[in-house]
Amino acid sequence: MQRSDRRSFLKMAGTSLGIGVLYTAVPAAAASGEIGEMFDFTGKKNGERVTPFTFVQLSDAHVGFNGPPDPLGTKAFERAVEMINQLPQQPDLVLFTGDLTHDSEEKDVHAQRMKQFLGISCRMKVPKIMYVPGEHDAGLDGGTLYREFLGESNYSFDHRGVHFIALDNVSRAKPEVGPEQIAWLKKDLARFPKSAPIVVFTHRPLFDLKPEWEWFTSDGDEVMDVLSPYENVTVLYGHIHRDHEQEQGHVHHYAARSLIFAFPDPENAPEKKPIPFDKDHPFKNLGIRMVHEKVGARPLLNSVAVEDVELTVREFSGINGVQQILKNPSL
Amino acid sequence: MKRSNWIKYSTAMVIPALLLLVFSLGAPHKAQADENPRVIEITAKRFGFTPNQITLKKGETVKLRLTSEDVTHGFFLRPLKIDEEIVPGKTTELTLRPETAGTFTTICDHFCGVNHGNMKMTIVVE
Repeated sequence: MQRSDRRSFLKMAGTSLGIGVLYTAVPAAAASGEIGEMFDFTGKKNGERVTPFTFVQLSDAHVGFNGPPDPLGTKAFERAVEMINQLPQQPDLVLFTGDLTHDSEEKDVHAQRMKQFLGISCRMKVPKIMYVPGEHDAGLDGGTLYREFLGESNYSFDHRGVHFIALDNVSRAKPEVGPEQIAWLKKDLARFPKSAPIVVFTHRPLFDLKPEWEWFTSDGDEVMDVLSPYENVTVLYGHIHRDHEQEQGHVHHYAARSLIFAFPDPENAPEKKPIPFDKDHPFKNLGIRMVHEKVGARPLLNSVAVEDVELTVREFSGINGVQQILKNPSL
Repeated sequence: MKRSNWIKYSTAMVIPALLLLVFSLGAPHKAQADENPRVIEITAKRFGFTPNQITLKKGETVKLRLTSEDVTHGFFLRPLKIDEEIVPGKTTELTLRPETAGTFTTICDHFCGVNHGNMKMTIVVE
Protein backbone atom coordinates (compact mmCIF):
# COMPACT_ATOMS: atom_id res chain seq x y z
CA MET A 1 0.00 0.00 0.00
CA GLN A 2 1.27 3.39 -0.84
CA ARG A 3 1.70 5.89 1.90
CA SER A 4 -0.84 8.27 0.47
CA ASP A 5 -3.49 5.54 0.53
CA ARG A 6 -3.30 5.31 4.26
CA ARG A 7 -4.50 8.83 4.57
CA SER A 8 -7.99 8.05 3.46
CA PHE A 9 -9.07 5.09 5.42
CA LEU A 10 -11.75 6.09 7.82
CA LYS A 11 -14.10 8.96 8.25
CA MET A 12 -16.20 9.68 11.25
CA ALA A 13 -19.26 11.71 10.74
CA GLY A 14 -21.30 13.63 13.27
CA THR A 15 -24.97 14.14 12.59
CA SER A 16 -27.40 16.37 14.40
CA LEU A 17 -30.26 14.16 15.43
CA GLY A 18 -32.38 16.93 16.74
CA ILE A 19 -31.10 15.90 20.10
CA GLY A 20 -27.77 14.24 20.47
CA VAL A 21 -25.13 13.63 17.87
CA LEU A 22 -24.83 10.68 15.57
CA TYR A 23 -21.36 9.73 14.45
CA THR A 24 -20.68 7.47 11.55
CA ALA A 25 -17.37 5.73 11.14
CA VAL A 26 -17.08 4.96 7.45
CA PRO A 27 -14.18 4.01 5.24
CA ALA A 28 -13.40 7.13 3.29
CA ALA A 29 -11.62 5.22 0.58
CA ALA A 30 -14.61 3.06 -0.26
CA ALA A 31 -15.40 5.04 -3.35
CA SER A 32 -11.90 4.68 -4.68
CA GLY A 33 -11.86 0.92 -4.39
CA GLU A 34 -9.01 0.89 -1.94
CA ILE A 35 -11.05 -0.19 1.00
CA GLY A 36 -10.14 -3.85 1.10
CA GLU A 37 -6.46 -3.06 0.96
CA MET A 38 -6.82 -0.53 3.73
CA PHE A 39 -8.79 -2.89 5.91
CA ASP A 40 -6.05 -5.43 5.50
CA PHE A 41 -3.50 -2.82 6.46
CA THR A 42 -5.33 -1.70 9.57
CA GLY A 43 -6.47 -5.20 10.42
CA LYS A 44 -2.86 -6.23 10.73
CA LYS A 45 -2.01 -3.17 12.78
CA ASN A 46 -5.00 -2.96 15.08
CA GLY A 47 -6.08 -6.57 15.35
CA GLU A 48 -9.49 -5.80 13.92
CA ARG A 49 -10.50 -4.35 10.62
CA VAL A 50 -12.40 -1.10 10.66
CA THR A 51 -15.84 -1.53 9.20
CA PRO A 52 -18.54 1.12 8.88
CA PHE A 53 -20.75 1.74 11.84
CA THR A 54 -22.61 4.54 13.55
CA PHE A 55 -22.81 5.65 17.12
CA VAL A 56 -24.62 8.35 19.02
CA GLN A 57 -23.38 10.75 21.66
CA LEU A 58 -25.84 11.97 24.27
CA SER A 59 -25.02 14.17 27.21
CA ASP A 60 -26.19 15.98 30.31
CA ALA A 61 -29.69 14.67 30.91
CA HIS A 62 -29.59 15.81 34.58
CA VAL A 63 -32.47 13.53 35.52
CA GLY A 64 -33.98 14.94 38.71
CA PHE A 65 -33.25 18.57 37.89
CA ASN A 66 -36.40 20.54 38.46
CA GLY A 67 -35.40 24.17 38.68
CA PRO A 68 -35.57 27.02 36.22
CA PRO A 69 -35.08 27.49 33.36
CA ASP A 70 -36.23 24.03 32.40
CA PRO A 71 -39.82 22.98 33.07
CA LEU A 72 -39.57 19.91 30.84
CA GLY A 73 -37.80 17.50 33.16
CA THR A 74 -36.90 14.39 31.20
CA LYS A 75 -38.90 15.22 28.07
CA ALA A 76 -35.90 16.15 25.93
CA PHE A 77 -34.09 13.01 27.01
CA GLU A 78 -37.12 10.85 26.27
CA ARG A 79 -37.50 12.52 22.90
CA ALA A 80 -33.87 11.73 22.10
CA VAL A 81 -34.48 8.09 22.93
CA GLU A 82 -37.52 7.99 20.65
CA MET A 83 -35.58 9.61 17.81
CA ILE A 84 -32.72 7.17 18.13
CA ASN A 85 -35.17 4.28 18.02
CA GLN A 86 -36.70 5.71 14.85
CA LEU A 87 -33.41 6.05 13.00
CA PRO A 88 -33.44 4.19 9.71
CA GLN A 89 -30.00 2.90 10.52
CA GLN A 90 -29.71 1.79 14.12
CA PRO A 91 -26.46 2.87 15.72
CA ASP A 92 -24.14 0.22 17.09
CA LEU A 93 -23.64 2.08 20.33
CA VAL A 94 -24.51 5.15 22.35
CA LEU A 95 -21.92 7.08 24.34
CA PHE A 96 -23.36 9.12 27.20
CA THR A 97 -20.90 11.79 28.29
CA GLY A 98 -21.93 12.42 31.87
CA ASP A 99 -24.39 14.23 34.11
CA LEU A 100 -26.87 11.45 33.66
CA THR A 101 -28.48 12.60 36.88
CA HIS A 102 -28.66 15.74 38.95
CA ASP A 103 -26.99 15.41 42.31
CA SER A 104 -28.77 15.15 45.63
CA GLU A 105 -27.47 15.30 49.19
CA GLU A 106 -29.68 12.33 49.99
CA LYS A 107 -28.31 9.09 48.66
CA ASP A 108 -31.76 7.51 48.30
CA VAL A 109 -32.97 10.41 46.20
CA HIS A 110 -29.90 10.28 44.01
CA ALA A 111 -30.28 6.51 43.62
CA GLN A 112 -33.90 7.00 42.59
CA ARG A 113 -32.77 9.51 39.96
CA MET A 114 -30.21 7.04 38.65
CA LYS A 115 -32.92 4.37 38.38
CA GLN A 116 -35.15 6.80 36.52
CA PHE A 117 -32.30 7.66 34.17
CA LEU A 118 -31.56 4.02 33.42
CA GLY A 119 -35.28 3.30 32.93
CA ILE A 120 -35.34 5.82 30.09
CA SER A 121 -31.88 5.01 28.73
CA CYS A 122 -32.64 1.31 28.52
CA ARG A 123 -35.53 2.00 26.15
CA MET A 124 -32.97 2.60 23.42
CA LYS A 125 -32.86 -0.30 21.01
CA VAL A 126 -29.12 -0.09 20.77
CA PRO A 127 -26.83 -3.05 21.40
CA LYS A 128 -24.36 -1.16 23.53
CA ILE A 129 -24.77 1.94 25.73
CA MET A 130 -21.60 3.19 27.39
CA TYR A 131 -21.40 5.88 30.06
CA VAL A 132 -19.01 8.16 31.87
CA PRO A 133 -20.00 10.17 34.94
CA GLY A 134 -20.39 13.92 35.21
CA GLU A 135 -19.70 15.88 38.37
CA HIS A 136 -23.40 15.82 39.21
CA ASP A 137 -23.27 12.01 39.16
CA ALA A 138 -20.03 11.49 41.02
CA GLY A 139 -18.68 14.74 42.48
CA LEU A 140 -20.21 14.45 45.94
CA ASP A 141 -19.48 10.80 46.74
CA GLY A 142 -16.38 10.16 44.64
CA GLY A 143 -18.39 8.07 42.20
CA THR A 144 -19.62 5.44 44.70
CA LEU A 145 -23.26 5.54 43.61
CA TYR A 146 -22.31 5.69 39.93
CA ARG A 147 -20.16 2.58 40.23
CA GLU A 148 -22.90 0.73 42.11
CA PHE A 149 -25.16 1.17 39.10
CA LEU A 150 -22.81 1.28 36.14
CA GLY A 151 -19.45 -0.17 37.11
CA GLU A 152 -16.07 1.42 36.61
CA SER A 153 -15.99 5.03 35.50
CA ASN A 154 -12.93 4.65 33.27
CA TYR A 155 -12.40 1.79 30.88
CA SER A 156 -11.76 1.06 27.24
CA PHE A 157 -13.09 -1.22 24.56
CA ASP A 158 -12.66 -1.88 20.88
CA HIS A 159 -15.46 -1.71 18.40
CA ARG A 160 -15.00 -2.59 14.75
CA GLY A 161 -11.41 -1.49 14.73
CA VAL A 162 -11.91 1.77 16.65
CA HIS A 163 -10.53 2.01 20.17
CA PHE A 164 -12.88 3.75 22.61
CA ILE A 165 -11.63 5.16 25.91
CA ALA A 166 -13.87 6.34 28.74
CA LEU A 167 -12.07 8.92 30.89
CA ASP A 168 -13.39 10.05 34.26
CA ASN A 169 -12.53 13.69 35.03
CA VAL A 170 -15.13 14.26 37.76
CA SER A 171 -14.89 11.62 40.51
CA ARG A 172 -11.97 13.30 42.27
CA ALA A 173 -14.39 16.19 42.98
CA LYS A 174 -12.03 18.54 41.18
CA PRO A 175 -11.86 18.82 37.40
CA GLU A 176 -9.01 16.41 36.95
CA VAL A 177 -8.21 12.97 35.66
CA GLY A 178 -5.52 12.17 38.20
CA PRO A 179 -2.10 10.49 37.93
CA GLU A 180 -3.40 6.94 38.34
CA GLN A 181 -5.80 7.24 35.44
CA ILE A 182 -3.16 8.92 33.26
CA ALA A 183 -0.81 6.00 33.98
CA TRP A 184 -3.62 3.62 33.05
CA LEU A 185 -4.23 5.56 29.84
CA LYS A 186 -0.57 5.27 28.82
CA LYS A 187 -0.68 1.54 29.44
CA ASP A 188 -3.97 1.16 27.62
CA LEU A 189 -2.66 2.91 24.51
CA ALA A 190 0.74 1.25 24.46
CA ARG A 191 -0.38 -1.67 22.29
CA PHE A 192 -1.72 0.54 19.53
CA PRO A 193 0.12 1.91 16.53
CA LYS A 194 0.18 5.67 16.22
CA SER A 195 -2.29 5.50 13.34
CA ALA A 196 -4.99 3.69 15.34
CA PRO A 197 -8.41 5.35 15.32
CA ILE A 198 -9.16 6.41 18.89
CA VAL A 199 -12.29 7.94 20.36
CA VAL A 200 -12.04 9.33 23.89
CA PHE A 201 -15.27 10.18 25.66
CA THR A 202 -15.34 12.13 28.87
CA HIS A 203 -17.41 14.76 30.65
CA ARG A 204 -15.39 17.94 30.89
CA PRO A 205 -13.32 19.47 28.12
CA LEU A 206 -9.71 18.35 28.30
CA PHE A 207 -8.50 21.85 27.45
CA ASP A 208 -9.02 25.34 28.88
CA LEU A 209 -12.25 26.28 27.18
CA LYS A 210 -13.46 28.71 29.87
CA PRO A 211 -11.71 28.07 33.19
CA GLU A 212 -13.70 30.71 35.09
CA TRP A 213 -16.84 28.77 34.16
CA GLU A 214 -15.12 25.55 35.21
CA TRP A 215 -14.94 24.44 31.60
CA PHE A 216 -11.54 22.78 31.80
CA THR A 217 -9.64 19.80 33.18
CA SER A 218 -6.70 20.88 35.31
CA ASP A 219 -4.44 18.03 34.17
CA GLY A 220 -5.88 17.99 30.66
CA ASP A 221 -2.47 18.93 29.27
CA GLU A 222 -1.01 15.73 30.69
CA VAL A 223 -3.79 13.72 29.08
CA MET A 224 -3.14 15.47 25.79
CA ASP A 225 0.57 14.66 26.08
CA VAL A 226 -0.41 11.00 26.15
CA LEU A 227 -2.90 11.30 23.30
CA SER A 228 -1.04 13.66 21.01
CA PRO A 229 1.44 11.12 19.55
CA TYR A 230 -1.59 9.31 18.11
CA GLU A 231 -2.62 10.64 14.77
CA ASN A 232 -6.34 9.93 14.78
CA VAL A 233 -7.90 10.97 18.02
CA THR A 234 -11.39 12.31 18.56
CA VAL A 235 -12.47 13.53 22.00
CA LEU A 236 -16.20 13.74 22.73
CA TYR A 237 -17.37 15.55 25.83
CA GLY A 238 -20.38 17.25 27.41
CA HIS A 239 -20.61 19.53 30.46
CA ILE A 240 -20.84 22.82 28.57
CA HIS A 241 -24.42 22.29 27.33
CA ARG A 242 -23.68 23.61 23.88
CA ASP A 243 -21.89 22.75 20.65
CA HIS A 244 -18.21 23.33 20.45
CA GLU A 245 -15.42 22.15 18.20
CA GLN A 246 -11.73 22.52 18.86
CA GLU A 247 -8.67 21.31 17.02
CA GLN A 248 -5.54 20.67 19.03
CA GLY A 249 -2.73 19.18 16.98
CA HIS A 250 -3.86 15.73 15.88
CA VAL A 251 -6.71 15.75 18.35
CA HIS A 252 -10.19 17.02 17.63
CA HIS A 253 -12.63 17.84 20.41
CA TYR A 254 -16.41 17.99 20.05
CA ALA A 255 -18.97 18.92 22.67
CA ALA A 256 -22.56 17.68 22.60
CA ARG A 257 -25.56 19.72 23.58
CA SER A 258 -27.43 19.07 26.78
CA LEU A 259 -30.76 17.30 27.23
CA ILE A 260 -31.96 19.71 29.91
CA PHE A 261 -30.99 23.36 29.21
CA ALA A 262 -28.39 25.28 27.24
CA PHE A 263 -25.59 27.59 28.24
CA PRO A 264 -24.73 30.66 26.17
CA ASP A 265 -21.62 31.30 24.13
CA PRO A 266 -18.94 32.21 26.67
CA GLU A 267 -17.39 34.61 24.19
CA ASN A 268 -20.47 36.82 24.30
CA ALA A 269 -22.07 36.16 27.66
CA PRO A 270 -20.88 38.01 30.76
CA GLU A 271 -22.13 35.28 33.07
CA LYS A 272 -22.68 31.57 33.08
CA LYS A 273 -26.45 31.61 33.16
CA PRO A 274 -28.68 29.15 31.31
CA ILE A 275 -30.35 30.39 28.17
CA PRO A 276 -33.98 31.22 29.07
CA PHE A 277 -36.58 28.61 28.25
CA ASP A 278 -38.61 29.31 25.13
CA LYS A 279 -42.06 27.77 25.55
CA ASP A 280 -42.77 28.10 21.85
CA HIS A 281 -39.60 26.14 21.03
CA PRO A 282 -39.16 23.89 24.03
CA PHE A 283 -36.22 21.94 22.63
CA LYS A 284 -34.41 24.94 21.26
CA ASN A 285 -30.66 24.78 21.86
CA LEU A 286 -30.98 21.24 23.15
CA GLY A 287 -29.46 19.63 20.14
CA ILE A 288 -31.74 20.71 17.33
CA ARG A 289 -29.30 21.96 14.81
CA MET A 290 -30.74 22.83 11.45
CA VAL A 291 -27.75 24.07 9.53
CA HIS A 292 -28.54 23.37 5.90
CA GLU A 293 -31.52 22.13 4.05
CA LYS A 294 -29.20 21.01 1.36
CA VAL A 295 -25.60 21.36 0.47
CA GLY A 296 -24.81 21.63 -3.19
CA ALA A 297 -27.07 19.31 -5.15
CA ARG A 298 -27.49 16.84 -2.33
CA PRO A 299 -30.72 17.16 -0.38
CA LEU A 300 -30.94 16.26 3.26
CA LEU A 301 -32.88 13.06 3.51
CA ASN A 302 -33.78 10.78 6.33
CA SER A 303 -30.42 9.20 6.14
CA VAL A 304 -27.04 10.77 6.61
CA ALA A 305 -26.61 12.82 3.51
CA VAL A 306 -24.47 15.88 3.76
CA GLU A 307 -20.82 16.23 4.44
CA ASP A 308 -21.05 19.63 5.95
CA VAL A 309 -17.81 20.33 7.72
CA GLU A 310 -14.53 18.58 7.24
CA LEU A 311 -13.28 18.39 10.74
CA THR A 312 -10.17 16.34 10.52
CA VAL A 313 -7.62 16.06 7.77
CA ARG A 314 -4.26 14.52 8.40
CA GLU A 315 -1.61 14.16 5.81
CA PHE A 316 0.15 10.96 6.72
CA SER A 317 -2.25 9.20 9.02
CA GLY A 318 -4.49 6.24 8.57
CA ILE A 319 -7.64 8.27 8.86
CA ASN A 320 -8.69 10.83 6.37
CA GLY A 321 -10.75 12.71 8.85
CA VAL A 322 -13.75 13.34 10.94
CA GLN A 323 -16.59 14.76 9.02
CA GLN A 324 -19.54 16.32 10.61
CA ILE A 325 -22.66 15.45 8.71
CA LEU A 326 -25.85 17.23 9.47
CA LYS A 327 -29.29 15.81 9.11
CA ASN A 328 -32.74 17.28 8.91
CA PRO A 329 -33.93 17.59 12.51
CA SER A 330 -37.51 16.94 11.45
CA LEU A 331 -36.58 13.28 11.12
CA MET B 1 48.12 62.41 54.05
CA LYS B 2 48.53 63.71 50.59
CA ARG B 3 45.56 65.49 49.09
CA SER B 4 45.13 62.87 46.33
CA ASN B 5 45.19 60.05 48.88
CA TRP B 6 42.69 61.85 51.03
CA ILE B 7 40.33 62.15 48.07
CA LYS B 8 40.70 58.46 47.28
CA TYR B 9 40.12 57.54 50.91
CA SER B 10 37.10 59.78 51.22
CA THR B 11 35.62 58.45 48.02
CA ALA B 12 36.11 54.88 49.16
CA MET B 13 34.28 55.62 52.41
CA VAL B 14 31.58 57.93 51.18
CA ILE B 15 30.29 56.00 48.20
CA PRO B 16 29.53 52.82 50.15
CA ALA B 17 28.00 54.95 52.88
CA LEU B 18 25.77 56.67 50.35
CA LEU B 19 24.80 53.35 48.85
CA LEU B 20 24.00 52.03 52.29
CA LEU B 21 21.87 55.08 52.95
CA VAL B 22 19.96 54.66 49.70
CA PHE B 23 19.25 51.00 50.41
CA SER B 24 18.39 51.75 54.00
CA LEU B 25 15.70 54.13 52.83
CA GLY B 26 14.18 51.74 50.31
CA ALA B 27 14.93 48.25 51.44
CA PRO B 28 13.15 48.16 54.78
CA HIS B 29 10.01 49.30 53.09
CA LYS B 30 10.11 46.42 50.64
CA ALA B 31 11.28 43.91 53.21
CA GLN B 32 8.47 45.00 55.46
CA ALA B 33 5.98 44.47 52.61
CA ASP B 34 7.30 40.97 51.87
CA GLU B 35 7.68 39.85 55.43
CA ASN B 36 4.49 41.35 56.73
CA PRO B 37 2.10 41.38 53.82
CA ARG B 38 -1.46 42.47 54.11
CA VAL B 39 -3.57 39.54 55.28
CA ILE B 40 -7.02 38.97 53.86
CA GLU B 41 -9.35 36.44 55.42
CA ILE B 42 -11.72 34.66 53.05
CA THR B 43 -14.39 32.24 54.17
CA ALA B 44 -15.95 29.64 51.92
CA LYS B 45 -19.43 28.32 52.56
CA ARG B 46 -21.79 26.67 50.16
CA PHE B 47 -22.25 28.38 47.69
CA GLY B 48 -20.23 31.56 48.03
CA PHE B 49 -17.14 33.27 49.40
CA THR B 50 -17.06 36.04 52.01
CA PRO B 51 -16.06 38.64 51.05
CA ASN B 52 -17.09 38.02 47.48
CA GLN B 53 -14.76 40.71 46.14
CA ILE B 54 -11.30 41.89 47.16
CA THR B 55 -9.10 44.57 45.65
CA LEU B 56 -5.34 44.20 45.40
CA LYS B 57 -2.67 46.52 44.12
CA LYS B 58 -0.50 45.45 41.26
CA GLY B 59 2.86 44.33 42.65
CA GLU B 60 1.51 44.17 46.21
CA THR B 61 2.29 41.06 48.18
CA VAL B 62 -0.76 39.81 50.06
CA LYS B 63 -1.50 36.76 52.09
CA LEU B 64 -4.89 35.10 51.69
CA ARG B 65 -6.10 32.99 54.60
CA LEU B 66 -8.79 30.66 53.36
CA THR B 67 -11.16 28.71 55.60
CA SER B 68 -14.31 26.67 55.06
CA GLU B 69 -17.40 26.71 57.25
CA ASP B 70 -18.83 23.49 55.88
CA VAL B 71 -17.36 21.15 53.28
CA THR B 72 -14.18 21.07 51.20
CA HIS B 73 -14.09 23.81 48.61
CA GLY B 74 -11.67 24.76 45.88
CA PHE B 75 -10.10 28.14 45.17
CA PHE B 76 -9.09 28.32 41.55
CA LEU B 77 -7.91 31.18 39.38
CA ARG B 78 -5.99 30.20 36.27
CA PRO B 79 -4.51 33.65 35.36
CA LEU B 80 -2.88 33.99 38.79
CA LYS B 81 -1.94 30.29 38.92
CA ILE B 82 -4.02 29.68 42.03
CA ASP B 83 -5.33 26.18 42.62
CA GLU B 84 -5.98 25.45 46.29
CA GLU B 85 -8.18 23.23 48.43
CA ILE B 86 -10.00 24.65 51.45
CA VAL B 87 -10.57 21.82 53.90
CA PRO B 88 -12.87 22.33 56.90
CA GLY B 89 -10.93 22.77 60.15
CA LYS B 90 -7.78 23.89 58.36
CA THR B 91 -6.53 27.25 57.17
CA THR B 92 -5.09 27.39 53.69
CA GLU B 93 -2.57 30.21 53.38
CA LEU B 94 -1.69 31.60 50.04
CA THR B 95 0.79 34.39 49.27
CA LEU B 96 0.51 36.17 45.98
CA ARG B 97 1.78 39.27 44.28
CA PRO B 98 -0.26 39.97 41.16
CA GLU B 99 1.68 41.64 38.39
CA THR B 100 -1.21 42.17 36.02
CA ALA B 101 -4.08 44.55 36.54
CA GLY B 102 -7.57 43.32 35.81
CA THR B 103 -10.73 41.79 37.19
CA PHE B 104 -10.52 38.06 37.78
CA THR B 105 -13.17 35.51 38.68
CA THR B 106 -12.10 32.93 41.23
CA ILE B 107 -14.21 29.78 41.38
CA CYS B 108 -14.72 26.87 43.71
CA ASP B 109 -13.46 23.95 41.65
CA HIS B 110 -14.11 21.26 44.24
CA PHE B 111 -17.63 20.02 43.63
CA CYS B 112 -19.59 20.97 46.72
CA GLY B 113 -23.24 20.51 45.89
CA VAL B 114 -26.15 21.48 43.78
CA ASN B 115 -25.26 25.14 43.26
CA HIS B 116 -21.52 24.58 43.07
CA GLY B 117 -21.40 25.96 39.54
CA ASN B 118 -22.22 29.44 40.80
CA MET B 119 -19.73 29.62 43.67
CA LYS B 120 -17.27 32.34 42.80
CA MET B 121 -15.70 35.61 43.92
CA THR B 122 -13.94 38.50 42.24
CA ILE B 123 -10.35 39.62 42.66
CA VAL B 124 -9.69 43.10 41.32
CA VAL B 125 -6.07 44.06 40.70
CA GLU B 126 -5.55 47.81 40.26
